[in-house]
Amino acid sequence: MTDLDRESASGRAGTSTRDAAVRQVVGDDRTDVVSTPHGPVTDWANDFDHTDPVWAADPYPIWDELRGTCPVAHTERYGGAWLPLTHELVSEVAYDTEHFSSRSIIVTGSRPGDIAPVGIAPPISSDPPFHHGARRLLLPEFTPKAIAPLEPFTRAYCNGLLDEVAGNDVVDAAIDYGQHIPVRVIAKMLGFPASDADRFRTFVYDALERVDRPPAERGETIGHLVDYISTQMAEHQAEPRDDLTSYLLGAEMDGEVISHRHVFGTIALLLLAGIDTTWSAIGASIWHLAKTPDDRERLVAEPDLIPTAIEEFLRAYAPVTMARLVKDDFDFHGCPMKADDWVLLPFPSANRDPEAFERADEVIIDRSENRHAAFGLGIHRCLGSNLARLELRIAIETWLERYPNFTLADPDAVRWSGGQVRGPRVLPVRILPA
Amino acid sequence: MRIHVDGDKCQGHNRCHALAPELFELDDYGTAHETGDGAVPAHLEDRARLAVANCPEFAIEIMEGDAP
Repeated sequence: MTDLDRESASGRAGTSTRDAAVRQVVGDDRTDVVSTPHGPVTDWANDFDHTDPVWAADPYPIWDELRGTCPVAHTERYGGAWLPLTHELVSEVAYDTEHFSSRSIIVTGSRPGDIAPVGIAPPISSDPPFHHGARRLLLPEFTPKAIAPLEPFTRAYCNGLLDEVAGNDVVDAAIDYGQHIPVRVIAKMLGFPASDADRFRTFVYDALERVDRPPAERGETIGHLVDYISTQMAEHQAEPRDDLTSYLLGAEMDGEVISHRHVFGTIALLLLAGIDTTWSAIGASIWHLAKTPDDRERLVAEPDLIPTAIEEFLRAYAPVTMARLVKDDFDFHGCPMKADDWVLLPFPSANRDPEAFERADEVIIDRSENRHAAFGLGIHRCLGSNLARLELRIAIETWLERYPNFTLADPDAVRWSGGQVRGPRVLPVRILPA
Repeated sequence: MRIHVDGDKCQGHNRCHALAPELFELDDYGTAHETGDGAVPAHLEDRARLAVANCPEFAIEIMEGDAP
């Protein structure tokens, strides 16, 4: 039993353990801090930065140009990072667990300490062979059959959100609607209080969008996440319930109950990975429909087409870029990769590769052939993809039933998040008469 | 026509099951398998092709002709 195990069991995280857990998340600031020479990007091939405001606002022209001229971009920022742009190269990295590690999957200026095999947030941060067992613990909880019972709850919740803004001329589809849906659903699955939703969103923002902050500052804010999850685990330990948290606390791998550190990491993953990703997909879909009346009218008239359209929105506006760490120095198609260099996996760029998709730069809502990689490829395929699809479909169906006619209230007011999860964070929509 | 899911390539995206539930079943871990011996009734051949064309992992194989 580790310190965290004992302290979680007793219901509190002591200072030393809290620090250790924070270090797991933000990296070890004693050994490997690399200053990031932030500033506006002028050379995307040799000095890219995925947190640059130009990328956040509209990354597609950047990717299109790099894909055609320099299929692997590089930067010295974040201690060295590579960016393959084509579907073929992104796939190759995603499938190659021999050269690339998932030890950390969010690019920051530091590197995680020696935390194998469990990793920060198993199984996303685990490598084979540990990954296989850690993933199999969770897979049965996220099959289509397992999550189908959440549909009526999700639909009622979406309707409730729209009831709250009923009568308003302008509704913010990101702030008033999209951001609440995945938070509420994952809180229900984990058995966390619905009233804590605002706190979850703060955790997500700190962990995923504030990657350019110094380790000490990241550590302080992420410490709140550690405390929160530890408290929830202790309460579930004392009083088991029929939810995912209680399931994980009793789950076994290879005949042994998994450690509290493992449970903690998995809960952190479920909280962080499912929230702003799905929020982004819901927002991007509504953004598209607000600015494309033909598509909106067609989906209102043919709601059976919504599942197909959603796959196209996922392809064209895929929110998630993953990352890997290079295990040992090696040459990747002429790129001299060094151990602990980052490699970004821009699935959104792979999804726009004209070598892999016909009319790749067009949004075709009845596209029938769509092998998009929005949920990743290979052994780390998004575990929650069925849940994300369910939430996205219900969110769009419910929105269109309520608002068959709407438009962007002010295109210039729309704000997109940067970094590795991209989606609209401010999205004012004007509601028009049906 | 017959279909076969390569269990090593399938990562559980479940697109085949969503598009052609008659032809693909999922195990407890969400891994897809062809239903029965993989034989595709004539009226479901378009569905089978649709499933193949939407598998991100290129894990589904189509074989024309009857079972050997």
